[in-house]
Amino acid sequence: MVVDLLRHAWLVARKDLYLEFRSRTAITSALVFTALVLVVFEHGRDPTAVATIDLAPSILWVTFSFAGMLTLNRAFNAELENQALDGLLLAPISRTSLFWGKLVANLAFVAVVQIAGLLLFTLFFNVPVWRVWAPLVAVMILATVGFIAVGTLFSAMVVRTRFAELMLPVLLLPFLLPPLIAAVEVTAKLLGGRPLSEVAGWFRLLAAFDVTFVTLATLLFPATVTE
Amino acid sequence: MLSARDVSHAYGSLRALDRITFTLDRGQTLAIFGPNGAGKTTLLKVLAGLIQPRHGTVQLAGGRRAIGWIGHQSQLYGPLTVVENLLFWASLYDVPKATRRTRADELIGRLGLERQAHQPARTLSRGQAQRAAIARALIHDPSVLLLDEPFTGLDRVAAEELRRLLGELAAAGRATVLVTHNVEEGTELASDIAFMRAGHFVAFGPRAGRDAVALAAAYREAVGGG
Repeated sequence: MVVDLLRHAWLVARKDLYLEFRSRTAITSALVFTALVLVVFEHGRDPTAVATIDLAPSILWVTFSFAGMLTLNRAFNAELENQALDGLLLAPISRTSLFWGKLVANLAFVAVVQIAGLLLFTLFFNVPVWRVWAPLVAVMILATVGFIAVGTLFSAMVVRTRFAELMLPVLLLPFLLPPLIAAVEVTAKLLGGRPLSEVAGWFRLLAAFDVTFVTLATLLFPATVTE
Repeated sequence: MLSARDVSHAYGSLRALDRITFTLDRGQTLAIFGPNGAGKTTLLKVLAGLIQPRHGTVQLAGGRRAIGWIGHQSQLYGPLTVVENLLFWASLYDVPKATRRTRADELIGRLGLERQAHQPARTLSRGQAQRAAIARALIHDPSVLLLDEPFTGLDRVAAEELRRLLGELAAAGRATVLVTHNVEEGTELASDIAFMRAGHFVAFGPRAGRDAVALAAAYREAVGGG
């Protein structure tokens, strides 16, 4: 049962990755957006007014958040073409498999965008990322999983609505705030050279957010795709 | 093989299905005719399990795995080739890995898609896409076919080809439910006929040798227009 669930989830995720590999629409727009935002911030700031190290965590997470939303928009759009979503719902796979497959694919897309974004961020802002790379990667994973789980759920909810691309950020932003605040706090402290013990509480908050919202999204997803 | 008993459904206060009851055995084809908004697609979605009816039950031997759905949309992924689409759907239906490719090639050959097999689905013409959609629906060898306006957008030749194929599938023992608003389209395939209006069957029974002209007259009498 669990093996089937995971296998079917992987089939859905692999198909989504393959579709994106073929079309490269969402990933390209997210990468271009990431690069543009970082370039604009790099050239728009006054380094004598605010220290780079103070500004960098906010810039990084604003970029990641909006680039993440761009990739989320594509999650169910591909299923609308030729009504493939009905085919998936008709197939003998559980709705949970479908959700987890979409979640894994979205996480993979966001990971690609975040890795590229982090490299550009390091290049443009010259912050000592390499010294704290392990906890920084940990906070990137923890802050992303719950947010993408909620985003995947909402993208399924709004995909058949008229203004899906507008609705998604409106619904998602309130849920994005807790992990975003936690991620900015942790990143600021890590880049500021503070000890890990100072950010342990934020890590716990992010982990709790992830467990809560991955569970809730998994449970609610079947209702969002059933007519 | 497939039965609906007292099935009713509503969208808010709008009654979409009203106490639909029928049974379909192997090799039977039920053609359901009705105007737009009569509830035909809703009924098909209820039979497929895509919609849970407010009332009544649907019984289907073999569950969702037994269903092959052919609609006016192909349910194919545009960037994937025809073969890739078929292999993906075969894997979702747990067609054994060793036979997936053989099965896909067999259907591609049978439906005359050899030249389009490695083309992205979005480059196919309407007729080719519909044939690819049929291959997709048959990849797991379903025992029940649900057809939602399958002739929409097809030219005469492609529609004739589809009719021939559907006839072969029914002769091979598949139970088929076909919904359409056009009486001329599904008549010769049908063993049983239902006319639908405002969510319920206003007439239902064996075709009994009636041709399209006779059925069109009966349809106009039962439903109006047509």
